[in-house]
Amino acid sequence: MMANSTTSSDAARLVTPTMLVLWLVLATVPLWITRIGLYPYLGIEILIWSLYALAFNLVLGTAGLPSFGHGAYFGIGAYAFGLCQFDIVANLWVCLAAAAVVAGIAGALVALFISHRRGIYYAFMTIAFGQIFWTLAIKSHSVTGGEDGLLKISRLPADFGLVSFDLTDNVAFYYFVLAVFAVGTAILWRLVHSPYGRVVAAIRQSEVRAAHLGYNVWLYKASVFTLSAALSGFSGGLFAMAQLAAFPDVMSLHQSGYVVMMTLVGGGLVSFWGPVIGVFLFLTARDVIGALTNAWMLYFGLLFMAIVLFRPEGIAGALSAAVQQHSINALRRRGTSAMRLLVGGGR
Amino acid sequence: MSMIEAAGVHVRFGDRVVLESVDLAVGEGEFHGVMGPNGAGKTTFFNVLTGRVKPSRGSIRLGGEDVTGLSPHRIAAKGIARSFQIMTLFDEFSARDNVMMGLPAFRARGLDIARAAAGDRRLTDQATETLSGVGLADKGDIRAKDLSYGDRRALEIAVALAQAPRVLCLDEPTSGLGSDGVQRLAALVARLKGKLTIVAIEHDMEFLFSLADRISVIHWGQVVARGTPHELQQNEWVRRSNLGKFA
Repeated sequence: MMANSTTSSDAARLVTPTMLVLWLVLATVPLWITRIGLYPYLGIEILIWSLYALAFNLVLGTAGLPSFGHGAYFGIGAYAFGLCQFDIVANLWVCLAAAAVVAGIAGALVALFISHRRGIYYAFMTIAFGQIFWTLAIKSHSVTGGEDGLLKISRLPADFGLVSFDLTDNVAFYYFVLAVFAVGTAILWRLVHSPYGRVVAAIRQSEVRAAHLGYNVWLYKASVFTLSAALSGFSGGLFAMAQLAAFPDVMSLHQSGYVVMMTLVGGGLVSFWGPVIGVFLFLTARDVIGALTNAWMLYFGLLFMAIVLFRPEGIAGALSAAVQQHSINALRRRGTSAMRLLVGGGR
Repeated sequence: MSMIEAAGVHVRFGDRVVLESVDLAVGEGEFHGVMGPNGAGKTTFFNVLTGRVKPSRGSIRLGGEDVTGLSPHRIAAKGIARSFQIMTLFDEFSARDNVMMGLPAFRARGLDIARAAAGDRRLTDQATETLSGVGLADKGDIRAKDLSYGDRRALEIAVALAQAPRVLCLDEPTSGLGSDGVQRLAALVARLKGKLTIVAIEHDMEFLFSLADRISVIHWGQVVARGTPHELQQNEWVRRSNLGKFA
């Protein structure tokens, strides 16, 4: 599905025109976001959650594996980032790497147990492991701070040797996260359109056929889950920087459900960019509708239900269908005009 | 030496014995048909050959090498390809991409995350050539799910052929095809015959008797008759059974 929503020339590129436009638009956000009554921190959240949702969509959209406990890896990354800066070294790059590695290891351990499963059993196993990690985070008070969370996490400076950038200001941090988001989207795009990504997408369509073509299905399922967990953990590290703390609530089942909802509403099953659309909608709705009523989730839930019922391919799918229909209509109009000309010429 | 050799294959699911001491030896380049009534154990036998089911007893040798109990992906990598009775394609991929997935050169790049999958001229040409071989040259860009039933059957075989297999296992390849489709398929198999070792489960006796070098009849999980089509026509069991009317 995903491959079909992408032109083959785009699939071969590392950076596509859509990516460039998106990055440029996002680069202007700090210039106008306060003028429309919002704030730069929302932009930071959107970028971090977008990266997280894109990483999650490797499992859900590309591999077709229903993982409903992914918040665990996002949370583990956040804790790993904080603990690294408190107990090992206060270096941004080392701590972000630690966030990805620790979450990746946790993901690999889970993948060992679940990768021979599929469907509902796979989904339940991911929930069960997610709950285990969440409980561990709450109960290990001496390490994680329990329900109070791990507080006083610093936004470490981005040190490039010769120059160092202070990230304490939200706008500076926004641009840092944007740079990471840009690199992350390019890497994920390439990954999804690489031979590896194609095999994973093939496994989504038929595990049996893929196995009989010589692909080790277990290895691909386990590795894509591990990669997704590592990237989710990396996003979690960024989130810990954004929040200046790491809390267990992002690991809970209902918060894990948010990323599923964002991805499905946006159209992650049919489009690479679906999760980004979903995150944008979700977090903007939370702030805009949430400013009017506490029941903002009711309205978003209704939107979710409407999309599942009437547009299961999500907003990206609906947009893509609308563009295709527009092109068909344009061709028809041109055809009709040409026919009139021909008929007219005949006269 | 046989290209593929099954010796004393025994499969049981719980209390139920599905295959009992099945022996089969198929020579290189031979087209070996497998026939028998529904529920006889033919597909289970195929599943043992291709690694989907591990036998309780017995062995499978491919070109003299013991491949008993290996997983499907290992057996596929060693050179046994199969098609499925219920079509199993990558429906969202184009016909060309389906075939490309089967190419050994693509499989070797399967863990590559650094390069783009699209744009490799060599792989595209190989896939197009394989599609040409089954009469789908002009349908490479069509998604598998949008192809006609007959074309999907042909694509099933093309995907298996793309693997450059030593043994091609066809599970009821004519299933659901009209007479034109069966004729096209028969012509394709006739072209492959001799170049490839083929084992085919088939209910279309006309198809099987006109193409197979030898045929094994499986019933109640056992091989009850075996021989050339001519020999089977003389076989008492086959003559008495419902299968005999086709022979």
